[in-house]
Amino acid sequence: MAYVTHDDAQSVPLAEVGEMELYHAKSWVTKYVFSQDAKVIAIQYSVTAIAIGMLGLVLSWLIRLQLGFPEVFDFITPADYYQFITMHGMIMVIYLLTALFLGGFGNYLIPLMVGARDMVFPYVNMLSYWIYLVAVLVLVASWFVPGGPTGAGWTLYPPQAILSGTPGAEGGILLMLISLALFIIGFTMGGLNYVVTVLQARTRGMTLMRMPLTIWGIFVATCLALLAFPALFVGAVMMTFDSLLGSSFFMPAIVEFGELLDYEGGSPVFFQHMFWFFGHPEVYIVALPAFGMVSDLLSVHARKNIFGYRMMVWAIVVIGGLSFIVWAHHMYVSGMNPYFGFFFATTTLIIAVPTAIKVYNWTLTLWQGNIHLTIPMLFALAFIVTFVNGGITGLFLGNVTADVPLSDTMFVVAHFHMVMGVAPLLVVFGAIYHWYPLMTGRMLDETMGQFHFWVTFLGAYAVFLPIHYLGLLGVPRRYFELTDISFIPDSVQTLSAFVTVVALIVGFAQLVFIYNLIVSRTKGEPAGRNPWRATTLEWQTAEVPPGHGNFGETLPVVYRWAYAFSVPGARDDFIPQNLPPDQVPTDGSVS
Amino acid sequence: MFFFRQIVQKPWVTVEESISDLHGGAEFSLPAAKVGLWVFCAVITSLFLLFIASYSMRMSLADWRPLPEPGLLWLNTAILILSSVALQWARVNARRERIDQVKIGLFWGGGFAIAFLAGQLLVWQQLVALGFFSAANPANAFFYLFTGVHGLHLFGGLVALGRTTAKVRRDGFDMARVRLSVELCTAYWHFLLAVWLVLFGLLLLT
Ligand code: HEM
Ligand SMILES: [Cu+2]
Repeated sequence: MAYVTHDDAQSVPLAEVGEMELYHAKSWVTKYVFSQDAKVIAIQYSVTAIAIGMLGLVLSWLIRLQLGFPEVFDFITPADYYQFITMHGMIMVIYLLTALFLGGFGNYLIPLMVGARDMVFPYVNMLSYWIYLVAVLVLVASWFVPGGPTGAGWTLYPPQAILSGTPGAEGGILLMLISLALFIIGFTMGGLNYVVTVLQARTRGMTLMRMPLTIWGIFVATCLALLAFPALFVGAVMMTFDSLLGSSFFMPAIVEFGELLDYEGGSPVFFQHMFWFFGHPEVYIVALPAFGMVSDLLSVHARKNIFGYRMMVWAIVVIGGLSFIVWAHHMYVSGMNPYFGFFFATTTLIIAVPTAIKVYNWTLTLWQGNIHLTIPMLFALAFIVTFVNGGITGLFLGNVTADVPLSDTMFVVAHFHMVMGVAPLLVVFGAIYHWYPLMTGRMLDETMGQFHFWVTFLGAYAVFLPIHYLGLLGVPRRYFELTDISFIPDSVQTLSAFVTVVALIVGFAQLVFIYNLIVSRTKGEPAGRNPWRATTLEWQTAEVPPGHGNFGETLPVVYRWAYAFSVPGARDDFIPQNLPPDQVPTDGSVS
Repeated sequence: MFFFRQIVQKPWVTVEESISDLHGGAEFSLPAAKVGLWVFCAVITSLFLLFIASYSMRMSLADWRPLPEPGLLWLNTAILILSSVALQWARVNARRERIDQVKIGLFWGGGFAIAFLAGQLLVWQQLVALGFFSAANPANAFFYLFTGVHGLHLFGGLVALGRTTAKVRRDGFDMARVRLSVELCTAYWHFLLAVWLVLFGLLLLT
């Protein structure tokens, strides 16, 4: 009722909305290649991220082949293996997930959802993508330098990262550091756009508290990234100094192959602090956009307003803040002061509070909703389950006493894959199924989607649940091969082989998904306007897919929050954010 | 505080709807470019704070041997201050629409900034000649790192300053735009001056 009856004196006349000057492409090249339109940049980011992500996927197959069937695949040497895990980890975390969530979804959704014609600094936005592309190319180039890519592990810990025993110490590590530095510069350019567009370019009536949670998630994640990436940058630059100029920021006095090196007095633990001061917020850089998007998916596909919207916003902000003071929970075994460990264990466990609030609110959103088990909804539901699973093992690892024996075992691998690998990826998939009709005007194929969902969801569990168990048995992480180790039973090998087979099947399902993306582009069922009957502005554009400038002649004006679903008294079960109150069709029950 | 006021709103309550409807969209009554610059300065602050943190951590280890600051640094600092002053001059005159004075301010601002960078390179040369290589001691390496990263930021600023100057020299420029560009450059210059003073102070004190 609240939304339908709105007395006239309160409605605001359509006033001047500050229009931005729009950049107009003059040629094909400036329209599709060096484009300044955020939607094109978004697609460029997404395609590049998915392409490099496929490489990460193939690397995971190679890793699994070695682990499942040791001594069968001779072409994988121990050095290769280390390069595979390092590049796999780095690609997945930075070049796939961060780039896809912020560069891809951020670029596409921010201007459309807040009602802007484009990002505020389109030129800088374009540069951001091209620098990202160069970063990716530099990363790939490390396969073609002598010694190949670095095998230091995605954490790149010195001193081993730059010593000659580690694969890629010749050129690979430098290319990795350069690529990261480029990525950060490119990201900062994009990030300025995302933040300032959200702050300054919203349309009339779009207060902060009327923004969809997707935007909140991306906004706070971008703030985290802008403040946390400098730590990685500092670490990368200082390590480059150590390796190129022979300084000793991180390098202690050390003997290499019986020879005393010139380094002296540096502290490798400083690097760990630098790395994790970035590394932990990074977890939330991929998690917060996922939190936001999944909230919107749940709300739309359950036809219900999100439960506890304000609480959800606060939780995002609080999690973002806390994520800067927990980093040393990755360093319990680094020999740091136990009181430090105690402090960081406490802050870590405190983060569980806002996180749990979010999980409750998602579940309560479903309560008495009109749940449609569409593919995006399936993925969203799978996310909740997976995130809870991954979160619970996080509570184990957050406690010093439980973490010490579990450190560097497969348990850690299983934990972070659940919480920051599988869970955000499920949201990525759900979001692609949800927004693909907007981006292309066509639906993705439903049958292939069902196949993709069930194989991915069940497969991910068949892969990672056993890996938890392996970790509990004490199987170490980052080992090329387990030979006869007394505390590890033979059955471990059987289980490992099983995991590998499932991982290959899950990988295959991703190829079906890619095929679906390509084929549906031309052959998919036409989606029409607003196929999910969503309230948010991106679905209310003049044309689908939205054209240059996003909205038609005038910008939309916002009259309500993004969650006006199943409002009593209204004819439809959703009311778009920009529908004036006096035009909302009623069902006749209210005068 | 304004942020706090925003996030306690209840967007689903009818009375608050009418207030929200009046919201114009922008959070601050500033041009987007200015907000962008503030955010960018926050990022740079984070960067230098992390550098300073690692400096103080590394300093506490045994092998630290402080490096003597060449006297030339004082001169460079003075030059950088002059550069900021010149840009402030440009900014004040851009407000008063006195374009000749703006040009003078921009010219000297850029000139002094280039002189500062050249001066920093000279300092590097002196130090290298004296044998203070970055491999020899972390204090040396930090010195090159700080001055280098600061210099690169200033260099980036010079590119923006060059574009502003080009704008002013074109016929039929738009005064409002020129004023905004000049204001942005000036703010960035003052910010980098502050960063330099902090870094220089840190180097002197340790
Ligand atoms: C396609 C499904 C995937 C499979 C089968 C898989 C498998 C693996 C395996 C077996 C390892 C090596 C563990 C070790 O011995 O240390 C690994 C490492 C890792 N993976 Fe994945 N992974 C997958 C997806 C992802 C995703 C989406 C992410 C993104 C967060 C990710 C992030 C990482 C990281 C950070 C490492 C650690 C690398 C290191 O030790 O330096 N993985 N993965
Ligand atoms: Cu963490």
